Amino acid sequence: MEQLVSRAGLWFVIVIVAVMAAAMAHDGGFAVHMMIVALAALIGLWVSVSGADYAAIAKGILRTPDEGKYDDDPIRWGVLATVFWGIAGFLAGVFIALQLAFPLLNLEPYLNFGRLRPLHTSAVIFAFGGNALIATSFYVVQRTCRARLAFPGLARFVFWGYQLFIVLAATGYLLGITQSREYAEPEWYVDLWLTIVWLAYLAVFVGTIVKRKEPHIYVANWFYLSFILTIAMLHVVNNLALPVSLLGSKSYSAFAGVQDALTQWWYGHNAVGFFLTAGFLAMMYYFVPKQAERPIYSYRLSIIHFWSLIFLYIWAGPHHLHYTALPDWAQTLGMVFSVMLWMPSWGGMINGLMTLNGAWDKVRTDPIIRMFVLSLAFYGMSTFEGPLMSIKSVNSLSHYTDWTIGHVHSGALGWNGMITFASIYFLVPRLWKRERLYSLRMVNWHFWLATLGIVFYAASMWVAGITQGLMWREYGADGYLVNSFADTVAALHPMLLLRAFGGILYLLGAVLLVINVWRTILGHQREEAPMTTASYDEEADRPAVAVPAE
Amino acid sequence: MANKRVDEPTGTETVGHEWDGIEELDTPMPRWWVWTFYATIVFSIGYCIAYPAWPMISKGTEGVLGWTSRGALADELEAQEARRAEAVSGLADMPLEQVQGNEQLMSAALAGGRAAFKVNCVQCHGSGAAGSKGYPNLNDDEWLWGGDLSAIQTTLIDGIRQPGNDDTRFSIMPSFGRDGILTGEQVSQVVDHVMSLSGLGPANPAGAQVFENNCAICHGPDGKGMREFGAPDLTDAIWLYGSSRDEITYTVHNARNGVMPAWGERLDPVTIKMLAIYVHSLGGGEDFTQEVAPEADNAPANEDDERT
Repeated sequence: MEQLVSRAGLWFVIVIVAVMAAAMAHDGGFAVHMMIVALAALIGLWVSVSGADYAAIAKGILRTPDEGKYDDDPIRWGVLATVFWGIAGFLAGVFIALQLAFPLLNLEPYLNFGRLRPLHTSAVIFAFGGNALIATSFYVVQRTCRARLAFPGLARFVFWGYQLFIVLAATGYLLGITQSREYAEPEWYVDLWLTIVWLAYLAVFVGTIVKRKEPHIYVANWFYLSFILTIAMLHVVNNLALPVSLLGSKSYSAFAGVQDALTQWWYGHNAVGFFLTAGFLAMMYYFVPKQAERPIYSYRLSIIHFWSLIFLYIWAGPHHLHYTALPDWAQTLGMVFSVMLWMPSWGGMINGLMTLNGAWDKVRTDPIIRMFVLSLAFYGMSTFEGPLMSIKSVNSLSHYTDWTIGHVHSGALGWNGMITFASIYFLVPRLWKRERLYSLRMVNWHFWLATLGIVFYAASMWVAGITQGLMWREYGADGYLVNSFADTVAALHPMLLLRAFGGILYLLGAVLLVINVWRTILGHQREEAPMTTASYDEEADRPAVAVPAE
Repeated sequence: MANKRVDEPTGTETVGHEWDGIEELDTPMPRWWVWTFYATIVFSIGYCIAYPAWPMISKGTEGVLGWTSRGALADELEAQEARRAEAVSGLADMPLEQVQGNEQLMSAALAGGRAAFKVNCVQCHGSGAAGSKGYPNLNDDEWLWGGDLSAIQTTLIDGIRQPGNDDTRFSIMPSFGRDGILTGEQVSQVVDHVMSLSGLGPANPAGAQVFENNCAICHGPDGKGMREFGAPDLTDAIWLYGSSRDEITYTVHNARNGVMPAWGERLDPVTIKMLAIYVHSLGGGEDFTQEVAPEADNAPANEDDERT
């Protein structure tokens, strides 16, 4: 009871402090944010007071978690959050794609492209991708350590704290609060909050590894750990800033000029490297062998490509600043480290694809495996395209064009999206203890819609990017530049339409995911001709507990 | 923990670990993978020797090729400049009115003018030079300050109402309503009259009187405008700020007095010359000798080349 009272008291103090901060705020955006914090604390207060088990408290019973079961609640929430934010992010993406094709759709001021673009990127990378990473890491680390999550309370804090971060970031963009640092737009107080949440995440993850029952740490956990640690470091350094006021949203970066640009792209590129590559490779290393029911292709390859990947990736950022004020020597290093990164990246693709050795027939029969294979294929393609685009002469054509957008999306839609969808299809029946998915044929439809969507997206953006790059540098016979910027925009219109069409197909596929997940959770099973999937032994899916000798 | 076994489908031994049913094979790394990795490392070392690559105490290594990105840009700009040199010096020496007689220089002037237009002018006049509200369409034959080559060149060099430039084209239409020169009723009457000039509404004798007393001094008694003052022709169908009653009332009440930068302060004389020739070529350019004799019929604006 005392614990309950002090917890409720803590929530109450947070509500009061947040309301006071809102009342004294220097700008409207900060006031809105503090009211959101107050609202979140009020919900917390209400949940802890109304959700408490008073009967148990009265009898003095201490509820202890069942050590014989994995702690799957935060994972279930995480899967739902992944699906929800995914739809929100894809919808924002389709809308801004249409804004680029039809500028009339810029609804000033809250829904113009400048504010919706970071909303889209943050929603898909940090909300959709981040929730997928947190949920799967909690799932995978428990299974591969055969131990319940360390610090269950902290794990719940990580989940809800992260959702608060997402809401503050997203509403901030719409209100015009931004640091103007790509993929690091949230302002100083949201950054501080994320730092706290992220350190809690690190504690839960490392704590679980420490209490593992397995003698060795599985490769997926190396990747998850490198992702969590590196993101913590990148986030803190890139967001070093001085707030103008402790009651206002505006801050100024600790860096200036080209140092600022380099810090930003050291962060930006490694957000791709450690969030979208290392983190998702961790998912691959668990879910692909589980779904294929095959051993990992090569242990040695996994060691070498892990260490070479994380060593090389961190230096590749300057390739975002080719032909800028960044000194030539730094540009060169950014380029050569990117070129050397090609094979370490491909190591993950090889290990994923070749794990199917002995089970290639499943690509034909199991739509979930097909999604994994496609995601690995796109992973391989974009990790080849990346080093290619980092080469200076290629970059002089591709930089600032839609080619970059195409490259990012073949990675994001193909690799990150597909592997997340496949992992969700793997997880949902297991997390909700359902016999099978509502419909595997629907997974198949999702696969084809998404694949077709990516093809439209990537192909149109390649054509658009190369057209743009060539038009910008086109000289006429008399030695004068031929096109104005507006001419290139006009030339791209058909490509922008095709891109939006591809995005709509991808969104439709995700709608099928929602239906499928929803019906599976409800326990429905669609009557259909069966397709195969991996087997599931519920009895084996529990932590190792010491059995007392009989 | 060594539960090594031979995996049947691949015939490869496992490492002997197992996590939640996942095992690992002891497959050696693919040779092509290892050798391609080495090759990228060798390439990178070679590249670092050839190009600026390594930070030293005061600056980075310069690379044996001596390449710099600034140098590469300078080379490219120089090469393009060399391609243009002959035409540029030819244009510099030739008087503006004679360029049209020289086919080669004319083609260079049009290309250079088009390129300069797309950098400096499209922001207001549009990439097809069709203009928009407040920014004249340069394709038609309505010219506020004159449409022969030297008039266009003068406009380009000194701009329109450019502050601080004594030679800029200058005139100020009074804010008839705002400054209380005319009453609201008089404004309304003169708007009626202005609209009647181009057939947009019925005649208004009171308005005609107001026009004669206040407007005719610049726009002319018949409303056909005067180029000395940049006063537009009010009898045709071309309206810089729109032909609706509201827009015309706004103009009479507040006046507009649009501006254009004096490009002579920013661009070199040859570029200005090329721009004048290009703009002149767009459709409405006038001959030096041509008398200003606008037709009575209301020629519609040219709408060609309007790319959006």
